[in-house]
Amino acid sequence: MHGARIPIWFFIGLLLTIYGAMIFAHGCYEAITGDYAAGVQLTRLHAPIWWGGTLLLLGLVYLAKFRPGKSNERR
Amino acid sequence: MIGWSGHLASTLPTRLALEATPLAHLRPLDIAVIAIYFAMVLWIGFYLKGQSNTGEEFFLAGREMTAWIAGLSFVSANLGSLELMGWAGSAYQYGILATNWYWIGAIPAMIFLGSVMMPFYYVSKTHSVPGYLDLRYGGEARSVAAIAFATEMILMSGVNMFAMAVVMKVVLGWNINFSIIVSSVAVALYVGLGGLRSAIFNEVLQFVLIWGGALLVPILGLYQAGGWGGLKTRIVTNLHTDSYFHLWRDTGSFAANPMGVHWTGIVFGLGFVISFGYWTTDFLVVQRVLAAHDLRAARMAPIIGSFFKMATPFIVIMPGLLGLVLLQNPDGSRRVLVGEDVTAACTLNSAGQVIDPASCSTAMGRTNLSPEQRAKVLAGGPSAELHTYNQALPLMMVRYLGPGLLGLGITALIAGFMSGMAGNVSAFSTVWAYDIYKPLIYKNGSDSHYVLVGRLSIVIGVIVSIGAAYLVQQFHGIMDYVQALFSIFVAPLLAAILFGMFWKRATRWAGFLGLFLGILFSAGLFLWVKLDPSRLAVVALSPDAKPMAENVFRALWAFCFAAIVIVVVSLFTKPKPVAELDGLVYGATQLPTEEWVPLYKREWFWAVVVGVIFVALNILVW
Repeated sequence: MHGARIPIWFFIGLLLTIYGAMIFAHGCYEAITGDYAAGVQLTRLHAPIWWGGTLLLLGLVYLAKFRPGKSNERR
Repeated sequence: MIGWSGHLASTLPTRLALEATPLAHLRPLDIAVIAIYFAMVLWIGFYLKGQSNTGEEFFLAGREMTAWIAGLSFVSANLGSLELMGWAGSAYQYGILATNWYWIGAIPAMIFLGSVMMPFYYVSKTHSVPGYLDLRYGGEARSVAAIAFATEMILMSGVNMFAMAVVMKVVLGWNINFSIIVSSVAVALYVGLGGLRSAIFNEVLQFVLIWGGALLVPILGLYQAGGWGGLKTRIVTNLHTDSYFHLWRDTGSFAANPMGVHWTGIVFGLGFVISFGYWTTDFLVVQRVLAAHDLRAARMAPIIGSFFKMATPFIVIMPGLLGLVLLQNPDGSRRVLVGEDVTAACTLNSAGQVIDPASCSTAMGRTNLSPEQRAKVLAGGPSAELHTYNQALPLMMVRYLGPGLLGLGITALIAGFMSGMAGNVSAFSTVWAYDIYKPLIYKNGSDSHYVLVGRLSIVIGVIVSIGAAYLVQQFHGIMDYVQALFSIFVAPLLAAILFGMFWKRATRWAGFLGLFLGILFSAGLFLWVKLDPSRLAVVALSPDAKPMAENVFRALWAFCFAAIVIVVVSLFTKPKPVAELDGLVYGATQLPTEEWVPLYKREWFWAVVVGVIFVALNILVW
């Protein structure tokens, strides 16, 4: 029964991957077009690119490691 | 109490009619981020429904969580809206002193729970903390604890709802009622479907979201402030004191620190009574550890949680400190945040004018607002809006997070709020079904009957807590209110549990009377000061004491009172035979031997590591 379950870490990996991809892509768009949201500070640091990229990478690692049918971590 | 309720009812329509100017407008990307979170939460709830059919599955997540999941859930159950907003606001008011609630107010108790207490909870196979009291003392103590706990959970759930509604109102301009209804429906659905397992899954999810969504704020804030040194210089320059950066140095007298507390209150009231009461006897957090798959995992879970608890001030306390000097008004001047009482006194009418200028002026006189800013508020206008301490964190988020990232930050807050509510209602449903309904109302139901009762109690609990959400608005700060609850319910409970677990002589009537009279004593102290605030000086032992000090000292006195009752009554009543205390009391229990594991897998090794880091951090910011 346990073997058929999706581990929580897979859900987390999925969410991080989706969020990371969305934020990273928007960060790239901002950097290319220069269209930054009004009032936001420190836009020159391009936080969405490196923060979104980090979330994306982390999410992909979790997806690969805990995908259903592969991991020993079931709970 | 009648007058207080009447006042609440009379102010509620005015408060609900408030239309704050939103701090930010969500873009489609932000809305997509929030929508994906809700979809994920509901998916998890429906997915786990098939795994929550029996009582053990629904109420204890099948007792099959790993140490990491139980540990993250354990610490995450406490990382709700109150933590994020309340303590960022407290850091704005009191500085780094607020970190005491994360360090001495949590770490020693977590280590104690994992190292010493967990075996008794786990070996006794109890389903709840009131259940342990039932086994140790009898039905009277269980009923008192269960009713008190269920009441506390409903009020806490209401606090979470209110905090979420405030964020949505401040940041997005959403209607308070809309936020409360959306969050409560989602929580009722996913906890009602998946039970504790669903709550735990979402707490782990929330933990990741909070770090992913909130960590960027202190990083960017520190960068802009010029690092830790730059932040200190700015605060000293603007506020003319370095008290905000000392954890212990200024606690030798009540008047020397912005919180108005004394180190004795922090060490004994917070570090012992409130902290141990919450982290070792509050079923909301203990329930997460009881879901661990074996005793070693149950012991390791609080230790794992303590590492993350120690790191949390970076994403909660730091934004509050940074907000002291980085938040700005639209005209570029430093923004000064105020208490809820000030914003209430300065309520605007539909034309943007202060309704009662005299009350507003008096309320602002108690703040650090500049004369120019006060004049702007009284005159009304777009740059005159006041913001409260509890809005420090969302204000910082809006300052640094652009599209997508803001959505993630808001989602982290929503997740925190909903997870907090979910924790409250899942613990409530367990206690209601097993400790109130089963022993007092319907004893002979089937397992599936109690699961059904549990599911229904979640829905009813959510509905009742919606009403409680509006009560919170009457208090100066969210955390002050919560600390009051802790000291009323948890301090006497701690006395009953500790004496029950470590003193074989403690008797049935001692446990019941200690708990019952302790709660009455604590509630009496609370009301005594409420009716005449000048009595705070008596409870907290100083005329310079502030409300936070009162909470800490009230907890201490309530614990001492309950302890005295337990000892005295025990000496005059007949104890249980030692044979009946097996698995319940230290010295009467043969703990199971655990298999050999390497050093790095042993809980005591990591307890020592976390203890060393804890001491080092306290010295670092002494």
